[in-house]
Amino acid sequence: MALYSEKVMDHFQNPRNVGKLDDADGIGEVGNAKCGDIMKIYIKVRDGIIADVKFNTFGCGSAIASSSMAAEMIKGKPLSEALTLTNKAVAEALDGLPAHKMHCSVLAEEAIRAAIKDYYDKNGIEYDHAQFPDAAEEEEHIHEEG
Amino acid sequence: MARTIYVDNAATTAMNEEAVAAMTPCFMENYGNPSSLHTVGQRAKEALENARAEIAGLLGAQPGEIYFTSGGSEADNQAIRSAAYVGLAKGKKHIISTAFEHHAVLYTLKKLEKEGFEVTYLDVHSDGLISAAEVEAALREDTALVTIMYANNEVGTIEPVREIGAVCRAHGVLFHCDAVQAVGHIPVDVVKDNIDMLSVSAHKFHGPKGVGLLYCRKGVPLKSLIEGGAQERNRRAGTENIAGICGMAAALRVAVSHLQENMKRESYLRDKLIAGLESIPHSKLNGHRTVRLPGNVNMCFEGIEGESLLLLLDAKGICASSGSACTSGSLDPSHVLLALGLPHEVAHGSLRLSLSEYNTEEEIDYIIREVPKVVEYLRSISPVWEELENGTRKHLI
Repeated sequence: MALYSEKVMDHFQNPRNVGKLDDADGIGEVGNAKCGDIMKIYIKVRDGIIADVKFNTFGCGSAIASSSMAAEMIKGKPLSEALTLTNKAVAEALDGLPAHKMHCSVLAEEAIRAAIKDYYDKNGIEYDHAQFPDAAEEEEHIHEEG
Repeated sequence: MARTIYVDNAATTAMNEEAVAAMTPCFMENYGNPSSLHTVGQRAKEALENARAEIAGLLGAQPGEIYFTSGGSEADNQAIRSAAYVGLAKGKKHIISTAFEHHAVLYTLKKLEKEGFEVTYLDVHSDGLISAAEVEAALREDTALVTIMYANNEVGTIEPVREIGAVCRAHGVLFHCDAVQAVGHIPVDVVKDNIDMLSVSAHKFHGPKGVGLLYCRKGVPLKSLIEGGAQERNRRAGTENIAGICGMAAALRVAVSHLQENMKRESYLRDKLIAGLESIPHSKLNGHRTVRLPGNVNMCFEGIEGESLLLLLDAKGICASSGSACTSGSLDPSHVLLALGLPHEVAHGSLRLSLSEYNTEEEIDYIIREVPKVVEYLRSISPVWEELENGTRKHLI
């Protein structure tokens, strides 16, 4: 029995959109090294649409696969749609993650939200703060669950 | 991709031919129950006692001091619980161990703490060593047991067991030693090493899984863990695993017969592998450089996480293990690496390669070629490595 689905292994071994954007409009970083995973997502925004996205991840196979899949899912999408991306959708697109790895998909969702918030903040764009609960608090919560 | 390079021999080993050959007749020919009085049963009994005598001889023990178990974990559980309750009857409630024992020992001790025992977990040094003087300093009037491993399963450090045993003997305190990683790999002699109780597992030295033993020195009381029949002189109920026991005896015979030659060869491959992997920048060897098991290599690579390293190596045919949290399903990395004082973020990037006599130099060369590529790739996509390199995060190793 394989540890991960074929899709997870594919995105882990051949990650899409890996790298950095030097001229990124928004950068989101979540996780911490002590816990063993950090995701950093860079987005380039054109007319409210995510024109390009890149990621760097320190973490396990499912963390890298979740970043890759999440990046692919928001590329070319309007910001409003990217904000609706859930960790569950990322996990489902990967044909599932083991129960104790679900937090990897949560990190991917959080990283995207953090990148979009960063874009809004940098450009003085008004947004509903309730959409972005405190990231640090969220993260602690995730790790308690783990 | 056809090749498989198995370098996870501290987890388990492939069986050797002699062990398989010793087991085979036990399934359909010599299938009797040693407790039966008829010919078929007594033939099995003979095989059982021959195996016991052979194993005892190879460990420096007497046959009557060997109790077969389902493996190392059971032997650890039984030895520690027995010694604790024997001590308790004399008003002794203190146990000494180390912070980096196997979980079979640590979790048994945790349960005993809940029952009212006090446990001192000695801190190991950064190389994984503990001294007999440190053990002696921790002894109390009410110390019932000292339980310290022969060699560590993750970092391979070999403890000064003989000296620790001598200290315990001098103070009249029982000494249990988890020798699961040591037996069959380095010389172990229960008499010379001053050991009262010793745990052994067959599948760590090319024997079968599901069988092990507890050595308990004559005169040391031993309580049973499993109740039932009168097997193992009333100390371990349950029909004996004859096939497993015969397989274990054969495997140990083979291992001991070429112990010195194997140690020399494996140490050479180990040191070559360590030298090759140490050429990776910001890497670190965990455990003592020389006072370590001949087949153990354990390294940390900064800026990457162990599970992803492990899986990418697996894709190249290299089967290894890691002490990262992600491989254990818990949030914390290996308690052994933390006990050596490694920071969490470094411990997450650990890789253990454990060799056996079946590994070849060509395989070691392949590993030395492939690991740096995988480390470099994972670093290239790691935000932690980026920060380490641009100076916003400090290198720890």
